[in-house]
Amino acid sequence: MARTKSRPLSPHLTIWKWGPHMAVSIMHRVTGNGLATVGALGLVWWLMAAAMGPDAYAFFVTCATSPIGYLVMIGLSWFFFQHMVSGLRHFVLDIGAGYELKTNKSWSLATFAISALITILFWLYIFGKAF
Amino acid sequence: MGTGTGIGRVRGLGSARHGAHHWLAQRYTAVGNLLLVLWLLFSLISLPGLDYESVVGWISNPLVAVPLMLMLVSIFWHLRLGMQVMLEDYVHDKGLNFFCILLLNFYAIGGAAAGIFAIAKIAFTGVVE
Repeated sequence: MARTKSRPLSPHLTIWKWGPHMAVSIMHRVTGNGLATVGALGLVWWLMAAAMGPDAYAFFVTCATSPIGYLVMIGLSWFFFQHMVSGLRHFVLDIGAGYELKTNKSWSLATFAISALITILFWLYIFGKAF
Repeated sequence: MGTGTGIGRVRGLGSARHGAHHWLAQRYTAVGNLLLVLWLLFSLISLPGLDYESVVGWISNPLVAVPLMLMLVSIFWHLRLGMQVMLEDYVHDKGLNFFCILLLNFYAIGGAAAGIFAIAKIAFTGVVE
């Protein structure tokens, strides 16, 4: 869109006081793009490895269960749950609810708490089953 | 119809009648992802093991292969819409933006095709010795 350079832009980012609603919005974009790249490629790699045969699958498992592999998987699961809970918050906002200052702030904070809790329970279950 | 500002150029043309399509598709695929990815995660942690035989045996079940394929469509469609918005916001140069969206389309369709093909191959051929 062509824009006359002398026209003022509405002020953004730099002048606002930081709040949880900004953090949750930025995290929605960060987690979304993280999942869209690393997450989606990992998923396709897993499926392709399974389709190619035992050797390719064994190589995938070696990478996925290395310390870095676990770090990536735990990170991705947290990204997914954060994006999921934040996305559910978006559905509520889409119907026009939850814009009151206090409500908005508490639900923004709640998305971080809920996603962290789900991630911890998810991995406690996995490690509990494995050992 | 004016020629100066953005609003001046489009004033009087009326709505293109597809303004909400992107927004709606983002929500439809979000619901798809919510159901299907949660199903995948719960299935994975409930499987007896994640070794080659267990995973291939699981995927070759039609009641698993079909939802998995749908999940890939939903995921790659959703990420294509979401990354488009990100690129529109941050890549201001028109030519570069066009190129990025082009790559994004290749990535989204190619990734979905690769994943769906892998599932189809597993479903049709089963365990490879």
